[in-house]
Amino acid sequence: MDFLRPETLAEALELKAQRPDAVPIAGGTDVMVELNYDHRRPSALLDLTRIPELQQWSDGLRVGAGVPYVRIIEELGAELPGLAMAARTVGSPQIRNRGTVGGNLGAASPAGDTHPVLLASDAVIEVASVRGTRMIPAAEFYLGVKRNALEQDELIVAVHLTPAKGPQQFSKVGTRNAMVIAVCSFGISLFPQENRVGAAVGSAAPTPRRASEAEQFLASAVDFGNPRPLLDSVKREFGELVSRAASPIDDVRGSAAYRKHALAVMARRTLGWAWQELMDGERACA
Amino acid sequence: MRVNVTVNGEQRQADDVWEGESLLFVLRERLGLPGSKNACEQGECGSCTVYLDNVPVCACLVAAGQVQDREVRTVEGLADGDRLDPVQEAFVEAGAVQCGFCTPGLVVQAHDLLDRVPNPSDPEIREALAGNLCRCTGYEKILDAVRLAASRR
Ligand SMILES: Cc1cc2nc3c(=O)[nH]c(=O)nc-3n(C[C@H](O)[C@H](O)[C@H](O)COP(=O)(O)OP(=O)(O)OC[C@H]3O[C@@H](n4cnc5c(N)ncnc54)[C@H](O)[C@@H]3O)c2cc1C
Ligand code: FES
Ligand code: FES
Repeated sequence: MDFLRPETLAEALELKAQRPDAVPIAGGTDVMVELNYDHRRPSALLDLTRIPELQQWSDGLRVGAGVPYVRIIEELGAELPGLAMAARTVGSPQIRNRGTVGGNLGAASPAGDTHPVLLASDAVIEVASVRGTRMIPAAEFYLGVKRNALEQDELIVAVHLTPAKGPQQFSKVGTRNAMVIAVCSFGISLFPQENRVGAAVGSAAPTPRRASEAEQFLASAVDFGNPRPLLDSVKREFGELVSRAASPIDDVRGSAAYRKHALAVMARRTLGWAWQELMDGERACA
Repeated sequence: MRVNVTVNGEQRQADDVWEGESLLFVLRERLGLPGSKNACEQGECGSCTVYLDNVPVCACLVAAGQVQDREVRTVEGLADGDRLDPVQEAFVEAGAVQCGFCTPGLVVQAHDLLDRVPNPSDPEIREALAGNLCRCTGYEKILDAVRLAASRR
């Protein structure tokens, strides 16, 4: 096995072009488990932790693929509340100190916690190779179970997100508050100025997935400019439509029926919280 | 491959390291530092917790090559000569050690918590230790130990 240690992004892309077989390693919280358990024996590891370009963010917001969860939680919580909420539920403090959004996207597990938030917030994934850069909307990034839109010579460079323009929420079902792979999860982002909402489910289909019908329903059912308390019927219908967007399976973590039920409940509740925040904000401004 | 790394303040060199090997393996099997424990090798138990550039991580999930020219501090590096760190002392006094297997990881993790948050609340302690498993104590004495260490620092 070779251990490749690029110091710059350009060098990393060059190496990846020469060695498409090299497996990138960032926080290692997915890759090392596979190595330790002999599930994977790559011919080379491409260490991304020495590349400054991947560890930083810039206004706007462009978040480097290698920024660990702990920094998203502590330093980007105000701009990206939904992503910070999801990051807070990942693994344990040790895992959050190391694990990255780039790694979550690289692994592309349907249960990855950042995915529903990235989908609901219209994130765009910046990937690059020696051939150039591609900007891939999150909705086009997840292709199948643990499959993403990366070509063999490409690396994930950054995630582009707009600082939150309205309330965001993330919710996840699991057996305890730490160290759980989601039974199912849900992310919601309100865009009050645009009269619309982003909503997406995780761990409830072969890929993370947007709940488009639920989004459209809410956009037509409520007035974001003049938020009034939500009717129960609206919250319920929203929950039902979110649940219908999922096509879960029975597995060790939960049954398909349970996941459907839990998604409807999470969607209803998180919408309630986000909407309350919107109304409180309006009142504070008035 | 060869890996050069600072461990507990000393410049160390490990030779014949397999490229897919973990930092935990290097510490225990190549550098003679068996304090960090190996239980799960998948990040679930926290018994291998060490500082990497001052941030606690699971040593089993760090590739050996990733620590080249970096700084690692293990449980062996917490005591000042023969004088235990206050966190270690508190674990002994509070009866937070039974079989002791989880102790090194918990001590490092608690040490980091108290460095960042001198007077943590109970929820903060539980949150900080959520990635460390103990099969023996039932955790209550461990919480006592952290509270005791906090009161003395
Ligand atoms: C104990 C434990 C608990 C966990 N809990 C959770 C959880 O609650 N929620 C959750 O979502 N995940 C969880 N995970 C999984 C893992 O922590 C996350 O998926 C994390 O985001 C991976 O990031 P990383 O930087 O460690 O990735 P790595 O392990 O370094 O890489 C993961 C994958 O992405 C690829 N990759 C990494 N960076 C790039 C890049 N820049 N370009 C291209 N490919 C790249 C790698 O080749 C690999 O295939 C857990 C893992 C462990 C061990
Ligand atoms: S051995 Fe590393 S977390 Fe269990
Ligand atoms: S004291 Fe035995 S595992 Fe914690």
